[in-house]
Amino acid sequence: MKEKIIVENLGLKYSDGTESLFGINLRIQANKITALIGPAGGGKSTFLRTLNRLNDLADVAEVSGKVLIDGVDVLDPETDVIALRRKVGIVFSRPLPLPLSIYKNISYGLEVAGEKKREVLDEAVERALHLAQLWEEVNDRLDDPAAALSGGQQQRLCLARTLALKPEIILLDEPTSALDPISTLKIEDSLDELKKEYTIIIAPHNTQQAARVADMVAFFLQGEVIEYDTAAKIYTKPQDSRTQDYITGKFG
Amino acid sequence: MQKNKRPFFFNPKLTEKIGVSALTLVAFLTVAPIVAVVIYIVILGAPAISWEFITAMPRDGMRAGGIWPAIIGTFYLTIGTAIFSVPLGVAAAIYLSEYAGDNRLTRYIRLAIINLAGIPSVVYGLFGLGLFVIFLNFGTSILSASLTLSIMTLPVIISTTEEALRAVPQSFRVVSTSLGATKWQTIRRVVLPQALPGILTGVVLGLERAAGETAPILFTGAAFFLPRLPNSPLDATMALPYHLYVISTQVPGMPIQIQYGTVLVLMVFVLVMNLIVTLIRSRARARRQW
Repeated sequence: MKEKIIVENLGLKYSDGTESLFGINLRIQANKITALIGPAGGGKSTFLRTLNRLNDLADVAEVSGKVLIDGVDVLDPETDVIALRRKVGIVFSRPLPLPLSIYKNISYGLEVAGEKKREVLDEAVERALHLAQLWEEVNDRLDDPAAALSGGQQQRLCLARTLALKPEIILLDEPTSALDPISTLKIEDSLDELKKEYTIIIAPHNTQQAARVADMVAFFLQGEVIEYDTAAKIYTKPQDSRTQDYITGKFG
Repeated sequence: MQKNKRPFFFNPKLTEKIGVSALTLVAFLTVAPIVAVVIYIVILGAPAISWEFITAMPRDGMRAGGIWPAIIGTFYLTIGTAIFSVPLGVAAAIYLSEYAGDNRLTRYIRLAIINLAGIPSVVYGLFGLGLFVIFLNFGTSILSASLTLSIMTLPVIISTTEEALRAVPQSFRVVSTSLGATKWQTIRRVVLPQALPGILTGVVLGLERAAGETAPILFTGAAFFLPRLPNSPLDATMALPYHLYVISTQVPGMPIQIQYGTVLVLMVFVLVMNLIVTLIRSRARARRQW
């Protein structure tokens, strides 16, 4: 099994003094869906945003350890973060379309990368919308503002926007927390299809979603990974009593 | 229940009524003087307005004829001020809001900008005289006056632009960055278009003030009377606010409707600027999609 991401002893401290991650060690496999579960404030979002250096925008004081993606440490200051972010796409918990048209939202990433050819953009937009299962619903109004879409459609647009860049890794930070069950199901269906080509890391908004979609599960608690194993094991025979308590709903 | 035993000021319905009436009254009182001034000026100034008044040169020691050179002068000065102050001001605001962090240096810069806004306009005039007219040897000219007005206008443009930039949700910047955009691409493609209506408001507020100022142009570019129109940026020019000062205080026997007619023209000039920007702004807002 190919290991796409190797996290070694990752620690992170915000500049207000709060420590968000302590000595995280994770080996994330390619073409699997890895779910990060655990109560709020456990460091899941922070962890995800460290993988594509989006934390550079936040008030981070100190990052220690290593994050190797395909063997290259992305925490290295010399890393080309622009290229990294194209390789490691992210979908956020709230649908956040850019204030542009549906088409422009998806072509945005390619355009800032310097792609100008209309045919290339057209093709990428159509492909991404198909992958996110949105094409049927919007193909006749691509120039409408993205904000006119429903919440569920907006979130699939955000997924399409990330896919348009042909990333290798997709991070999903509670991607369905603001969505109705039907939209949630559509996103989950897409994920199952997408993992053939991509490595997916998701912080689901509840443990049931992790059970539905994940191959591997990591349990985050207060900045530490308590347990990391296959979903089957975590959900049937967790090794740590805290994991057991969390997935059975005793806290969280 | 102890109904109706409390004093009236404990009666929430009544105090609500009194509160709303008081606020309405205050709102009306603030608008009333403006309305009164406008009506007064229109009544006294309208009789002077004619095609000749707007398009002809002054005659008879400015007591007759038109005010065309003052109108065109104010137009040139406003354009000149915009050329210098808008790019500089917007660029400075982008730097402050998007690039510079919150540190000692930027706090001093902001403090300086706030203080600039509080300097009396005649001080700008003297500064412009010293720097542009004499030291840089631009003479009393449209160029010197525009530069002086620009310095005066900058704080308004910088602070309103900075505010407009800050009002753009941070999430747009995060999303754009996550899609591989550089900081500048994010600013140019997402942040600036979103902030445009707010920036335009600041620009027009600043330029309107510049168009109506007398003191900064007094020593730097405004002429008492010129028999011909300026034909280069290094010529002095007549200007509406200074012309108004001249015909109100320096020329005996000036017909009152010419004074008020000039005021009316200045007011309409500013109003037209306002209208144009409002139009652009509402078109920009219509394109805004969130």
